[in-house]
Amino acid sequence: MYNYSDFDEAFVRTRAAQFRAQVERRLDGSLTEDEFRPLRLMNGVYLQLHAYMLRVAIPYGTLRADQMRQLAHIAETYDKGYGHFTTRQNIQFNWPKLTDIPDIIDALADVQMHAIQTSGNTIRNVTTDAFAGAAADEVADPRPVAELIRQWSTDHAEFQFLPRKFKIAITGSAEDRAVIRAHDVGLELVKRGDEIGFKVLVGGGLGRTPMLAPVIREFLPKADLLPYLEAIVSTYNLMGRRDNKYKARIKITVFENGLDTFRAAVEEEFARIRPAFSGVDQDVLAGIEAQFAPPAFKNTPVEFYEKSLEVDPLFKTWAKQNLAAHKVENHAIVTVSIKEHGATPGDASADQMRLLADLADRYGYGELRISHEQNVVLPHVAKADLPAIHAELLRAGLATANVGLISDIIACPGMDYCALATARAIPVAQEIATHFKALGLEEEIGGIKIKISGCINACGHHHVGHIGILGLDRAGVENYQITLGGDAGPLAAIGERAGPGFAYDEVVPAIERILRAYLAIRADREETFIETFRRLGPAPFKEALYSEARDAA
Amino acid sequence: MSRKFTPKVVTANDLREGCVIYMTETGSWSMHHHEAELIEDEAIAELRLLKALGQGDRIVGAYLADAKPGLKGPEPIHFREVFRTRGPSNYAHGKQEAANV
Ligand code: HEM
Ligand code: SF4
Repeated sequence: MYNYSDFDEAFVRTRAAQFRAQVERRLDGSLTEDEFRPLRLMNGVYLQLHAYMLRVAIPYGTLRADQMRQLAHIAETYDKGYGHFTTRQNIQFNWPKLTDIPDIIDALADVQMHAIQTSGNTIRNVTTDAFAGAAADEVADPRPVAELIRQWSTDHAEFQFLPRKFKIAITGSAEDRAVIRAHDVGLELVKRGDEIGFKVLVGGGLGRTPMLAPVIREFLPKADLLPYLEAIVSTYNLMGRRDNKYKARIKITVFENGLDTFRAAVEEEFARIRPAFSGVDQDVLAGIEAQFAPPAFKNTPVEFYEKSLEVDPLFKTWAKQNLAAHKVENHAIVTVSIKEHGATPGDASADQMRLLADLADRYGYGELRISHEQNVVLPHVAKADLPAIHAELLRAGLATANVGLISDIIACPGMDYCALATARAIPVAQEIATHFKALGLEEEIGGIKIKISGCINACGHHHVGHIGILGLDRAGVENYQITLGGDAGPLAAIGERAGPGFAYDEVVPAIERILRAYLAIRADREETFIETFRRLGPAPFKEALYSEARDAA
Repeated sequence: MSRKFTPKVVTANDLREGCVIYMTETGSWSMHHHEAELIEDEAIAELRLLKALGQGDRIVGAYLADAKPGLKGPEPIHFREVFRTRGPSNYAHGKQEAANV
């Protein structure tokens, strides 16, 4: 797995020491909050509703077991015994004291982690598929490229003050588990003949003005990536609007200028700067690729696994829901759901983190991943070890077999934590999960993605949920808008608003009406909610949502 | 005629700990909303806020929040401020935790 170079180590240590000094100067009054705020934000420290919050990057969602143990240690020592994994493959600590944060940052540096550039108008943590390097369906592991981008963009002088923050996502598989169409730049590794390159998308994003990124280049040779990215970011730096925060994202730049104009400017800049890239970056990439070499996979037989599927129905259900195909036949990818019904999406306790780290050490070659769907992934597990892992997860209450089902909800922190929120998101997720479990309908409903945000910033990705829920403040009361038909995968779509919003207490019944309508009209059990939606459009669901109210009126 | 002024309290977060605090009549800070000073006059409210903003070495993020008189003292009006007097709804953390011990 990737290890810090001496340069990275020195850089992170220097930043940690600088931040400690800045905190001291803030506490003794020599820095005002106005002076301190940008400094703390650059180091991932936010002020939320009830406390500070520290956001720690988990580059490309990859964690070593010892790093996970350190996160557990930090959660226990400095927080309230848990951490919150986010859709951006970060972990957030919700209760740190400002006075403790320098120690936390040192503790992170001890395991080569940091909170740098998790905020500010910079190039943020590059996100990838949580199954990267393991998925059966991938063209190549996208993480070396993600790491190359990280090295290129970290502290890149030209890109510290972009018009707005800048988010890049990369997938190695057409199955897109990284939502590349909703990012400022999306990259998909593709093959042309034998040559590997990138499909490049630009100008996606959710938030106030949701847009899906169009393709700017169908095929970009691998060696052209950094100059091409640099050309995109420079073009944006020049053309992007700085007059209006809401129009500053690259999606608006691309939209207002038109893709063709934007592309022409990028290609021109690219032609100009390409010669300056001597190929050193490709040597660096080769070095990084070597560090991401897969582990030596065990050659254990699969009979015991297959036997267990036959005799243990609980194991079988879990295997059906929580396993994904690995590129090595006798291995599997395990998604550990940390969303037991009623739990807070994304939260993991220190004990859970430690158990997962131990399982990774014993069965998973020491590797863990955080998925953007807020679960923890063991990317490489020999099938022969699955029954043992399942047994241990069961004992720890971590064997919830709900991946991809209605209770596997993405929810942002909402007004339970976030200072920007207009309504709560977490309890809505909790109630949907427990309600449908109590009804016994979870399995019947099958695959569905519900995503919830507590304000228009859309951290919970509600626009691309099959059912999206957006919490708003309507004249001092929480009110929830429902969108239908969004999708985050290869058939990405922005959901459309169903109609007037619902009060807090009405949300779960509204979701139930939508899903009862789905159960009544689906072609058969195989047709998922989103497929039924694509076949019939929103009308029957709107009817189910609103007809009662109309009848009563 | 100007609209009727909604009474206010001055609230902020503690600089070191991050917890929610309220300014009392004496200008000290309390953990409890009902101990806050309920300010009924707009000009005085602005002055009290300025006084709070001058205490940047103790507090962070001061602002005026709508409030109303209650039995024990001022009560919040908006749900956001109600949540700030309690803590999050998914765990008994924050002020509701302190109330338990
Ligand atoms: C609680 C503290 C948080 C704050 C203050 C915050 C703030 C914001 C803001 C202001 C934006 C909009 C930026 C823009 O459109 O220019 C944003 C976007 C985003 N946030 Fe957060 N966020 C927080 C937590 C989270 C969490 C917990 C997640 C993951 C669950 C998350 C994931 C995202 C994502 C994916 C976007 C991009 C949406 C898009 O494409 O526009 N954020 N955040
Ligand atoms: S969507 Fe809004 S409420 Fe939710 S985390 Fe983002 S900024 Fe906060």
